[in-house]
Amino acid sequence: MTAGLTAGRDLAGIPPLLQVANLTVRFGPVRAVDGVSLDVAAGPFGLGLVGESGSGKSTIGRAIVRLVRSSGGSIMFAGQDVRALRGPALKMYRRNAQIVFQDPDNSLDPRMLIGTTIAEVLRAHQVVPRTAITERVAALLAEAGLDPAFAERYPHQLSGGQRQRVAIARALSVQPQLLVLDEPTSALDVRTQAHILKLIARLRSERKLSYLLITHNFGVVSELCEQTAVLYLGKIAEIGATKMLLRAAAHPYTVALRSAVPEVNVAGRRSRIVLPGDPPDAANPPSGCVFHPRCPLAVARCRTEVPELRDAGPGHQVACHRAEDVLAGAQMPTRRRPPAIARPEGAAGSEHL
Amino acid sequence: MTGSTGRLNISGLEISFGSRQVVSIEDLRLDHAEILGLAGESGSGKSMTTLAILGLAHTVGATVSGSIALDGQELTGLPQETLRAFRGRRIAAIFQSPSTAFNPVYRVGTVVTKALRLHGATRSEASDRAGEAMRQVLLSPDLMRRYPSQLSGGQLQRVAIALAVALRAEILLADEPTSALDVTVQAEVLDLLRDLRESIGMSILFISHDLAVVAELCDRVAVMRHGLILEQGPASQVLSAPASPYTAELLDSVPKLASAT
Repeated sequence: MTAGLTAGRDLAGIPPLLQVANLTVRFGPVRAVDGVSLDVAAGPFGLGLVGESGSGKSTIGRAIVRLVRSSGGSIMFAGQDVRALRGPALKMYRRNAQIVFQDPDNSLDPRMLIGTTIAEVLRAHQVVPRTAITERVAALLAEAGLDPAFAERYPHQLSGGQRQRVAIARALSVQPQLLVLDEPTSALDVRTQAHILKLIARLRSERKLSYLLITHNFGVVSELCEQTAVLYLGKIAEIGATKMLLRAAAHPYTVALRSAVPEVNVAGRRSRIVLPGDPPDAANPPSGCVFHPRCPLAVARCRTEVPELRDAGPGHQVACHRAEDVLAGAQMPTRRRPPAIARPEGAAGSEHL
Repeated sequence: MTGSTGRLNISGLEISFGSRQVVSIEDLRLDHAEILGLAGESGSGKSMTTLAILGLAHTVGATVSGSIALDGQELTGLPQETLRAFRGRRIAAIFQSPSTAFNPVYRVGTVVTKALRLHGATRSEASDRAGEAMRQVLLSPDLMRRYPSQLSGGQLQRVAIALAVALRAEILLADEPTSALDVTVQAEVLDLLRDLRESIGMSILFISHDLAVVAELCDRVAVMRHGLILEQGPASQVLSAPASPYTAELLDSVPKLASAT
């Protein structure tokens, strides 16, 4: 599957569709998002937000579509200040920026027919004349790869993948320019995930969509996003072209995150970087670099001095004191994966049943 | 190793709801200190198979026929009281969502020691063994005083594994144990399972829809669809030269990091 990524497209001079600058979101004393800046180019364009639970990636997505209140910074969409929108202007913005959630079980009303769910949006935003609603619902379902007859079904009569297609069709019904896809495939089987990712790739080129793809799995962004931001405890650890982050990451966290992704073909040949412990508590963040307690390369400076996001190459920024060492191939403690087929002694010949 | 037969032998297993058969397994074997991957999607019957091995299929209204034998002892048809000595004690299970596996109003240590007491440990034995098992899964025994909501998903899954370790279970049925976890935490849990196989010779039936995870961990793989095993064999063989087109499709579905380079 190739999404036809436009990594080579010259985006210089074209104002980005969405500009997030120094965004902060606080929940009480907790800084869930702490000074994040991102640009999303006009479509077709994909920006991946990658990080573990608690990294703030979903909160960023929700702040952008105005589902959570941001406490500082700015969000500009096509020249408009999103944080200041009220009334009709906010309603208009919601047509332009839509979100698809991880779990379609919770985002679809179980008592509403699929067709009604989508028709409700078309009516609320007066997207098409009343008489054309049924026809448009059918067209949207077909575009999402579903039989238009599903309009007459309830969510529980559909599979998880089909429900996620409905959620995507609903988001597309208002013809948005920007989609926030919040872990759209994490609740699905791998094969269903592949089908949904293909659907996103198709819609991206057909509709010239811009999207933020939020995930904890590098494998998911690798095929769909030109740019990726790696988040850790509410901050950007590293941001740049996805290809480059996969090939030559400058932050030890990016390297570790990438090495944690299971792959079929390299089992037993690659070693994985050990990342001890869980991400720290955002209510009580570590001093200095927030990643230092888990970082295999941490030195004294990392415990006291917060690393600023700085250039690590063209279109590539990193917040790490030791970025140069990482780029130069500094060794991180690894755990060699035993060959996947290391059979205990005496098992030979007993494989065929 | 117990000769040519495995620790756990399943043959002619059929699971049905009324007249509808949902699982039919000719032959499936789990050896001593082996990690066997059971791969398949939702609805393939892999979780029903787990329930049948635990003697719990009737709780969801299914009927089971055929043979499930642990070290030569037949488990199907045993009365529940007898089965209780196997379940947990010799065959333990962990599930996809560790947060629903723990009662939220009990401290996790209470859950672990209670299980040990039910299987005959004295109060002090139970607390010693629980602490030791916590260390074995690389958790601080202090965490036993916490409630499930105060632990992360990865920590809770490790407590669930610690319970199996404390009971000295020989067989661990792991039903999608990492599907709800972050990739970094998943990597740690996989490492832990591998360690337990090596250090205490635990046999693990690892159930997953993700062939990349199976490839990382498992010695042998059985691919299931619609209640049938389509193919089984050494992981290297099944994953590099799948005999079934369905296995090939599952392999194809794994997102490729390499394609971005």
